[in-house]
Amino acid sequence: MASSVGDRFSVLDRAGLRFRFAVAALLGLIALGYAAAHYMEVEGHHVTGMTNQIVWGTPHVFAVFLIVAASGALNVASLASVFGIARYKPLARLSGLLAIALLLGGLVVLVLDLGRPERLIVAMTYYNFKSIFAWNIFLYTGFIVIAVAYLWMHFEPRMGVYVKPVGIGAFVWRIVLTTGTGSIFGFLVAREGYDAAIMAPLFVVMSLVFGTAAFLLFAMAVFRWSGAALDTQVVTKLANLLGIFVAASLYLTAIYHLTNLYITEHHGFERFLLLDGGVHTTLFWLVQVALGGLLVFAVLWTPLGGPPRRKAVVASILALIGGAAQVYVIIIGGQAYPLEMFPGMDASSSFFDGVVAHYSPSLPEVGLGLGGVGLALLIALVGLRVLPFVPDRAAGDVADRQG
Amino acid sequence: MRAAVAWVGMIAVWCTATAARAEVPAPSFPAAEGTECVEPTDVMRREHMRFLLHQRDLTVHRGIRTPQHSLVECLECHTAKDDQGRFMPVDAPGQFCQSCHAYSGVKMDCFECHASKPRATPRAADGVSSGNPVRLQAATRR
Amino acid sequence: MNRYGAQPDQARRRFVGRAGATAAMLTLAPGVSLIDLVRAKSDDVPVSADTRWGMLVDATKCAEGCTDCVDACNDEHGLQTSSRPELDAQYIRKLDLRDRTTGKTYSLPMLCQHCETAPCVDVCPTGASFRRADGIVLVDKHTCIGCRYCMMACPYKARSFVHENLTDQVPNTPRGKGTVESCTFCAHRVDRDREPACVEACTRAGHDALTFGDMSDPHSDISVMAKKIATRQIRADLRLNTGVRYHGV
Repeated sequence: MASSVGDRFSVLDRAGLRFRFAVAALLGLIALGYAAAHYMEVEGHHVTGMTNQIVWGTPHVFAVFLIVAASGALNVASLASVFGIARYKPLARLSGLLAIALLLGGLVVLVLDLGRPERLIVAMTYYNFKSIFAWNIFLYTGFIVIAVAYLWMHFEPRMGVYVKPVGIGAFVWRIVLTTGTGSIFGFLVAREGYDAAIMAPLFVVMSLVFGTAAFLLFAMAVFRWSGAALDTQVVTKLANLLGIFVAASLYLTAIYHLTNLYITEHHGFERFLLLDGGVHTTLFWLVQVALGGLLVFAVLWTPLGGPPRRKAVVASILALIGGAAQVYVIIIGGQAYPLEMFPGMDASSSFFDGVVAHYSPSLPEVGLGLGGVGLALLIALVGLRVLPFVPDRAAGDVADRQG
Repeated sequence: MRAAVAWVGMIAVWCTATAARAEVPAPSFPAAEGTECVEPTDVMRREHMRFLLHQRDLTVHRGIRTPQHSLVECLECHTAKDDQGRFMPVDAPGQFCQSCHAYSGVKMDCFECHASKPRATPRAADGVSSGNPVRLQAATRR
Repeated sequence: MNRYGAQPDQARRRFVGRAGATAAMLTLAPGVSLIDLVRAKSDDVPVSADTRWGMLVDATKCAEGCTDCVDACNDEHGLQTSSRPELDAQYIRKLDLRDRTTGKTYSLPMLCQHCETAPCVDVCPTGASFRRADGIVLVDKHTCIGCRYCMMACPYKARSFVHENLTDQVPNTPRGKGTVESCTFCAHRVDRDREPACVEACTRAGHDALTFGDMSDPHSDISVMAKKIATRQIRADLRLNTGVRYHGV
């Protein structure tokens, strides 16, 4: 069924000083990221905070965050094209753009953090198909192809009938992609904090949280820039959805920890994460659960939040901050806890066995991560200026046939 | 428009003339030990990269360590010593690998990982177990 | 005249060559291991699955504070310490353990376990981390992209990452910035009928805590010993079928 019939779209036309300033700022971020990546490649990883104990650091936190958000950012397009919810149809193109932009940003950070980024061509020609990483290479590049195809179905009027099938394909692909991303950790038998089937669905739900929050902020900003305002009903509905997704994420997190707490074998890790993990414990309880969870509920569903648009913005920002903390706790916290090779014994060695590993983010790592964010936003911004993504209709009255 | 074309043309001619005048020194490096290489010189010049690429998979994956195309063996003959009798890295300027690679402008990254000189004192595990005449000759120079 | 100067005297060179080779072999001979590995492999024969290399660690013979195996390994492979120990590569390290309930202490070397179903091999996206036919798990550094996923996956924390530019590598252990490395069971020695450096050092010092050999051969020292004394795999519940077995812990 053709979408966008009767909808009109335009490029972002307010290309004034503010736009140029934004582009300049983002280019600056990208330059910072490039400089950081170059420094890391020339000097080696000794200039970062990563060690033989914490092998994945801040760049991976940024990259996983961006990739998971990218998958979820396409959710509004899925709601429109797969589930046929009319109020989101004008926003489907924006959703596709943001998804592609975020994924590209995340991928660039991931690739530039490799020990040998110049060997990317090796990674694209030698495959070990038992590795979920190898599958992810296909899933990530395939996602971009499908998302571009999805957008093409929108832009080309004659292809309008294919929006739904391609949209369904994109929906399935992003669920598989996010499952694959979660399984990177879920498949690791070595570490107490991983080795759990729940990582895959947890990441799917996290993608819904990050993606919806990112999309809300992005769409509201785009409309503001084009001189209109995103329909309040759309904003409220998406904000409510965000709240439901945050609740689901908290639920899965609770199940994960409660199960671990029942299993004596995992008590060491749980004690570390929930009680004595220092920064990890603080990030988990204060930022992930309180700020990114409970406070989001308070903002959305109590008078605390204020008017609907402000609720949505504050809740989205909180959800993103909480989500970043969640990714940090999963990636860094999971590595910080020592491997249990000899249960019941205290271990020590010259290789930091038996002790909680310390990690502090370094400037090159943060620079690289921010460069990726800058790249994602720049891609989105440039896309808005060259192709008609901004709907004219969702600004005002959107007939909600779905109820 | 014509002025721009003229400028571009003049700059291009100047660049080419300068490049043609510039002298790239021909490769020169210390003589190698031993009587002859494991392959004829002209074959080595054309094919050494193929030999190394093929041999590395044989060695790493299948444990085949024939000295013929082993990079470690190349170093046995092709590294020179300095005044104090210490081996010089073969990828240092003026040394065997680097001289030709600089001349031809081909970057090599072998020695980011591989040792660029033999050990100062040989080890039993590096020793002459295969009886290859090239290795025997090389071992005598220590 | 050839490239190297005047026409060489071939007869003289042959004599010098043979005399020198004999002298070299006599000089080097004391370093040759006295233990005979059953299958002597020649250079041009590929490794085969008929062999499965393994190591037996007798932790009762390991003294706390003894690092002979570690020192020998560092020396063999040219591993150096830097100002930041958390970045230093360690192929083998001594683990000191203390039972929380009984207070008994143990000391033992921990190294790559060369698992039959190694998690590091499973997760490597390019297949750089692989298991050789004879059971040795290696990193093909030509294909390693430095993603460090294998380091996340290893249940024994056996792998190290090279965090900086290196210059003084030793000939038989290529190692470089941006790739992952770990114990190779001294494949370059094993392929030439020698033992890993750690085993040789431990034996030479008289501790006899490490035994290396072919686990597929029922008559090898390691197989005979493993039938007599109790051995176990570390993290045996993971069912990785490790090549390194421990006695006394």
